[in-house]
Amino acid sequence: MIIIEPRVRQLLIEDALNTFPDECCGFLFGREEHDGTRLVVDILVVDNSKPGDKTRRFEISPQDYMEAERHAFLHDWTLLGVYHSHPKHPAIPSEHDREAAQPYFSYVIISVMEEMGEKAIHLRSWLLNDEARFEEEQVLDYQYS
Amino acid sequence: MATVIIPTPLRKFTNNAARLQVRPGTIQDTVEELTSNFPDLKKHLLDEQGRIRSYLNIFIGNDDIRDLQQERSAVNEGAVVSIIPAIAGGSPDFTKEELARYNRHIIIPGFGMEAQLKLKAARVLVIGSGGLGSPVLLYLAAAGVGTIGIVDFDVVDDSNLQRQVLFGVDAIGQPKVEAARRRLEALNPHISINLYNTHLNSHNALDILQDYDVIADGTDNFPTRYLVNDASVLLGKPNVYASIFQFEGQVSVFNYRDAAGNPGPNYRDLYPTPPPPGLVPSCAEGGVLGVLPGIIGSLQALEVIKVITGTGEPLSGRFYIFDALNFESRTFTIRPREDNPLNGKNPTITTLIDYEQFCGMRAVEERALKEVTVKELYDLQIKGEPFQLIDVREPHEYDIVNIGGELIPLASVSANSDRIGRDGKVIVHCKGGTRSAKAIRELEEKFGFTNLYNLKGGIIAYIDEVQPELTKY
Repeated sequence: MIIIEPRVRQLLIEDALNTFPDECCGFLFGREEHDGTRLVVDILVVDNSKPGDKTRRFEISPQDYMEAERHAFLHDWTLLGVYHSHPKHPAIPSEHDREAAQPYFSYVIISVMEEMGEKAIHLRSWLLNDEARFEEEQVLDYQYS
Repeated sequence: MATVIIPTPLRKFTNNAARLQVRPGTIQDTVEELTSNFPDLKKHLLDEQGRIRSYLNIFIGNDDIRDLQQERSAVNEGAVVSIIPAIAGGSPDFTKEELARYNRHIIIPGFGMEAQLKLKAARVLVIGSGGLGSPVLLYLAAAGVGTIGIVDFDVVDDSNLQRQVLFGVDAIGQPKVEAARRRLEALNPHISINLYNTHLNSHNALDILQDYDVIADGTDNFPTRYLVNDASVLLGKPNVYASIFQFEGQVSVFNYRDAAGNPGPNYRDLYPTPPPPGLVPSCAEGGVLGVLPGIIGSLQALEVIKVITGTGEPLSGRFYIFDALNFESRTFTIRPREDNPLNGKNPTITTLIDYEQFCGMRAVEERALKEVTVKELYDLQIKGEPFQLIDVREPHEYDIVNIGGELIPLASVSANSDRIGRDGKVIVHCKGGTRSAKAIRELEEKFGFTNLYNLKGGIIAYIDEVQPELTKY
């Protein structure tokens, strides 16, 4: 289960919309509870460094990755995963996502579909299981207690 | 000792350690030490062949080991080695709808998903959206070529519909590129289409062609063919060529680079010089059987798809001719000529030239012929002024429609020069003005006529402007 703070969710959607029709990408930070529940409290937006067409691919530079690890260390957060958008495609991992997938990381995918001139957003999260296959992680809207 | 920084995703294999100390040595030694201490790490660091996984970057300080000596890069005392997962991914290559649409391609053994992906990534420029362009555009769009550019300056005319299957009656009078886009978008919403509603010329050709991977030339005149050929060779792009006339069609693939990177022959290896102007009539003048561009344009589309996907053997270095009357096909070999001015031994053409002039068109125009407009002809007719009207078209054209001229087909004007008056005004016409201009030049050169006037725009202009009730063809 992954819980995304409403403010963070808004930032993710804004990045996906602002970058459309290209793919956006960045990192997710927060903490993991003992029961495995993840809470995302911040993101780091980074450039899509894929050369050429960015509408169906993203790449994050090693420098940006190192910056993300530093960011987590400085704030005493855990680097929980990566997010990216799927412009005009559903929020389901593609063969390209599977090829480069890392263990442990949550992969949040934001789908931006254009329907009748309106943009529709869907957000889902995925995690590799022990057989190195993606399993969907339930995304919970933040509950104030 | 040196320090290795373990990325978050791999820490579960290092008992959550983020930093590990290793002995100095090479990256190879570092990886061996890590995997012997933490065996679960091995499959995440190394592939089946024992090489560092392609999805991992290893940095020593700020330097990627790919820029150093790979696995042999030195890890010195006090060095910081960072293991960095390459974070990448993206949307699926095809949507569910596209996979369903292209299923019959994807299931062909030896073609499959790989070729379909190449089609989607490809950018093809189709020059001319007429008889040949129609099937080429329809089949390339249907096949899923991701980006298609269309160059045409013309508008759809009723007389196009006999062979230009891209258009319907509702498109008459509209720019061809616009009508083509509507038809192609209705056929395949998964592709993008760029329009160039312009005459391709020496000034714009390089700019337009350079954005494309493959050029498909389906034009109907020699200046544009040489222009497209030269621009393709100068830009290093394959040019899939086709042409048609009456009952015969031709296809070839020019400037195709083989696996070794050597360019194949081009149009100038086949035809070093253009034919004299007027010798080879265009389809508008000489006619074409409507189904022929369908056959030849489909072959052209086939070759475009083969060039893009690398499937089979493209028609490079070969020249195919189809004779519809006898149902005979022949394929000739074309070899590069050493004297090819573009890419032979001593290239003399390094930039685009004036192709109208090269093909003799400009020179013809510059030798000004005396002309009359259809309005002037009409004035002469209604005033009853004396003049002789000569029609140099073919008898079957004359039977369709005539405006009372004496019929002397172009091929027989010299033999019939005594039928043409030496005094007074003689107006010569054909369908559009080209053949009559040729007849006048021939008569002036051989017999010294000085009283011949060309009817500007031919009988078609006359019908349009003076007698619209007559039959147009």
